[in-house]
Amino acid sequence: MSLPEYLLRLGDNALILSQRLAEWCGHGPVLEEDIALTNVALDLLGQARLWLGYAGELTGRDEDQLAFLRDAGEFRNVLLVEQPNRDFAHTMARQFFFDVWHGLLLEKLSASKDERIGGIAAKALKEVAYHKHRATDWILRLGDGTGESHARMQQAADDLWMYTGELFEMDALEGEMHQAGVGCDLAALHEPWLNEVSRIFREATLEVPKQSWMQRGGKRGIHSEHLGYILAEMQFLQRAYPGAKW
Amino acid sequence: MNEWPLWEVFVRSQHGLAHQHAGSLHAPDAETALNNARDVYTRRNEGVSIWVVKSADITASSPSEKGPLFEPAASKPYRHPTFYEVPDEVKHL
Amino acid sequence: MTPDELFQDRIDRGIKIEPKDYMPEGYRKTLIRQISQHAHSEVVGQLPEGNWITRAPSLRRKAILLAKVQDEAGHGLYLYSAAETLGVSREQMIADLHSGKAKYSSIFNYPTLTWADIGAIGWLVDGAAIINQIALCRCSYGPYARAMVRICKEESFHQRQGYEILLTLCRGTKEQKAMAQDALNRWWWPSLMMFGPHDSESTHSEQSTKWKIKIVSNDALRQKFVDQTVPQGEYLGLTFPDPKLRWNAARGHYDFGEIDWDEFKNVIQGNGPCNRDRLRARIAAHEQGAWVREAALAYAKKHEKRAAA
Repeated sequence: MSLPEYLLRLGDNALILSQRLAEWCGHGPVLEEDIALTNVALDLLGQARLWLGYAGELTGRDEDQLAFLRDAGEFRNVLLVEQPNRDFAHTMARQFFFDVWHGLLLEKLSASKDERIGGIAAKALKEVAYHKHRATDWILRLGDGTGESHARMQQAADDLWMYTGELFEMDALEGEMHQAGVGCDLAALHEPWLNEVSRIFREATLEVPKQSWMQRGGKRGIHSEHLGYILAEMQFLQRAYPGAKW
Repeated sequence: MNEWPLWEVFVRSQHGLAHQHAGSLHAPDAETALNNARDVYTRRNEGVSIWVVKSADITASSPSEKGPLFEPAASKPYRHPTFYEVPDEVKHL
Repeated sequence: MTPDELFQDRIDRGIKIEPKDYMPEGYRKTLIRQISQHAHSEVVGQLPEGNWITRAPSLRRKAILLAKVQDEAGHGLYLYSAAETLGVSREQMIADLHSGKAKYSSIFNYPTLTWADIGAIGWLVDGAAIINQIALCRCSYGPYARAMVRICKEESFHQRQGYEILLTLCRGTKEQKAMAQDALNRWWWPSLMMFGPHDSESTHSEQSTKWKIKIVSNDALRQKFVDQTVPQGEYLGLTFPDPKLRWNAARGHYDFGEIDWDEFKNVIQGNGPCNRDRLRARIAAHEQGAWVREAALAYAKKHEKRAAA
């Protein structure tokens, strides 16, 4: 029974981050970027549907029941992805931290003993390689751009750093999935992640934040205040018209 | 005015054709222009290869020279296969 | 022949005008006004639908709407590019939009109040836009005509997804069907206004038709839209909010009532329900994005220098 829970972690990350990115649609800093951000949102939404679709098959619910009829405490995404867009620097810092991790994770999962997981991960990996490439480009441009962009980028990195620890947190479920060859050892991803982030930050003239106290809880359903608002908006129609088809 | 420069985008579709002009966009540098071109002009699986070039770097022929540049070619029909008469019985020619 | 006569002769013979070709100043100015207005409409048009991306009622609908609103941004971009070939910068066009000097389609000043409005926009607003755009694929200015061809190709799914939303609602619960009817009630007349004033009232029509910037008259396009849309609405089981709407066998067209031109004029002049909100949102996006655009440019300059050194 732990596999569906594991799939929710994967699916909810993609779903909630996609929802956040979709808030930018129509409000990007330049038309080209508006279009690009939406592509990332669409990729993640597609991934979410694959993960939730699989989780739903195992539990007798469909992707929409999982997305629209669970309360915040049942969501399993990490805290990082539910953090608000704030400005473009925060959005890109969040994206960069997530994408570097996401790429490492999907690479492992593409070799999962669960073929379905392996297949989804392999497809998603190609999309995420591009997401990471783009996010990296922006970290470099904002970090090493103007005084203002550097300050904003550094601030965003500092603000979000405490939400990165949870990405590597091993708990009983992760351990079980790792043992079964279905999941992977998240703790082992930390070093390559930190190396990559540090390398890009150096090039971008940014400081790697020193904060060591990390927030956690999202993976167990204990979220920040933000998720409730995300769901209030996202789930409104399904909640207001129970049972209706759309 | 601090506008990003304009770039022209050329995309090669999957059918083994040459790159074709797809349109233009704004980008601060070549790398971003390439990214933006991918996101703007290949959303529907239109391409397998992209070129970008700054619009300002393109040298174009001038319309006033159209006569001297292109009309002389129009009077050389012998460059086209239909110029020649070949009997129907002769095949593979 | 004078340059202007030569120019008109080319247009009459159906030869496309290209960016570096001679063109009368009036042609250039009219095109810039028309194309930029069209581009602004796409970009402002992202807002009323964008409203509902985060509230779409299923993941499938969310993906479709996201892709559609993204397409609108793309179409704005193609059109700005087409206008730029006439020697005006995108920056300038955006400044004109923000100052209120340039207009955009009045339809986007109406609010999207329910999910059914997303269906109505796709079905009616995109339906009306496509009729106009298909005609413009034949316009005399090459870059504009080519942008239109690309846009028409991409838009073909927009109208269908809208109709599918309404079809689902009409086959759904009583509340859903009422939602669909309410959306038609509110969007029908503004959609008819999209084709602009009557031909007799239209200020730029005659010259634009001669220049093949305008291909079919406002009233003819509007009639075409009504004729094709009414049976689609009847299939949904919805009622059009026009007591004068009826088939006229003698004309072979639907007759319909008169548009409230006072409302039309007021919405264009800035008094629609959402004019201020829409413009405010566009200005905010542009202003809040300024530091991002500057940073990317500064980075490019630094690295250009470093590469050259």
